Amino acid sequence: MSKQPEAYEDIPGTWVFDAQRARKGYHLNAFFYSLMSHENREEFRADERKYLMKFPMTEAQRGAVLKRDWNKLLELGGVSYAIVKLAFTDRKSYQFMASQMCGVTEQQYVDMMMAGGRPVDGWRSKSERGN
Amino acid sequence: MAKIIAGIGTSHTPAIGAAVDNGKTGEPYWVPLFKGYEPAKKWMADAAPDVAIVVYNDHVNAFDFKIIPTFGLGCAAEFPIADEGWGPRPVPPVIGHPELAAHMVQSLVLDEFDMTIVNEMQLDHGLTVPLTLLYGTPQAWPVRVIPLSVNVVQYPAPTGHRCHMLGKAIKKAVESWDEDLKVVIFGTGGMSHQIQGPRAGLINKKFDTAFLDELSSNPEHLAGIPPLEYLREAGAEAIELVMWLIMRGALGDKVEEVYRFYHVPASSTAVGNIILEAR
Repeated sequence: MSKQPEAYEDIPGTWVFDAQRARKGYHLNAFFYSLMSHENREEFRADERKYLMKFPMTEAQRGAVLKRDWNKLLELGGVSYAIVKLAFTDRKSYQFMASQMCGVTEQQYVDMMMAGGRPVDGWRSKSERGN
Repeated sequence: MAKIIAGIGTSHTPAIGAAVDNGKTGEPYWVPLFKGYEPAKKWMADAAPDVAIVVYNDHVNAFDFKIIPTFGLGCAAEFPIADEGWGPRPVPPVIGHPELAAHMVQSLVLDEFDMTIVNEMQLDHGLTVPLTLLYGTPQAWPVRVIPLSVNVVQYPAPTGHRCHMLGKAIKKAVESWDEDLKVVIFGTGGMSHQIQGPRAGLINKKFDTAFLDELSSNPEHLAGIPPLEYLREAGAEAIELVMWLIMRGALGDKVEEVYRFYHVPASSTAVGNIILEAR
């Protein structure tokens, strides 16, 4: 059983957090959510892998957390508002996480935003980007 | 009789709250933004509403993924401030209006909007940043607040049309409450932005400007914008703008735009602020 591709899957550089992705990411997002408490943040920092074993997520999801592979976390069902709690636990900013997702430095990302942001032209569809 | 006198559209970017909380509002990066909100703050001080219905979205703070209400109405007497990962914002607790909220729930459900009743919830930046922008940093918020949370985190958010209709039902609910109250309604979030993936940082000023223009004159057209168009044209998180349509629906047919401000960027977001008075 499978569904037709959704129209929004044609948007480049974007993983829409839809119901299927939310289903796959449930325990991953529960982990991010747990980082809202100071005690949990400290416990995670002390031994990241051990802490992650408390959540029944996939090994691929655990690996993406440990590697801070931000885009992979999106692909595997993380939602950015939850993922960012990992960046905050690392004492990094939202902009830092966004810059890593784009593959640029934080300063390059800030400069792009100061110049008016990323233009939509060229970013509407995968076909428009030639992929 | 309670009356909705005006609607306020505003972004709710968390970095704005952090700038205020960490004393950075005088930095060159932030000066234009806070200057741009001064007229709105003055308008709010003059209007002095008794109650603010704040339409916002929770960002995985009050609600984890166990339960995701599409529309949740905050019925508590008081709401604590959430710890979003760096400690709670140092702002006063938010005082509710449980009597009016209870009345709204009854009216809305009988009007076929199946609201989730939320009797305990922590509030995150989605609600507190708009209060900070419009009221500054008082010891206590000078307004009672009814939070209305909308799921815009897990796709699909309710449609623009559904939101616009909910706004109309809110107007009916409020105006059938027999207490002299001046009420404002906030639509928060947006405008264009995307904060995930290699397309992060997307801004579409043309889209945002058209949205602000049509909010007064042609909300029916905005209500017909399909979700895909928000995602594609204005960024994955621009879908938050459907919350502005709840605000617009609650104002009745005729409005007058009394203030508008637009600024790029606050962090990754195009910031918009508009005040529409009901006529």
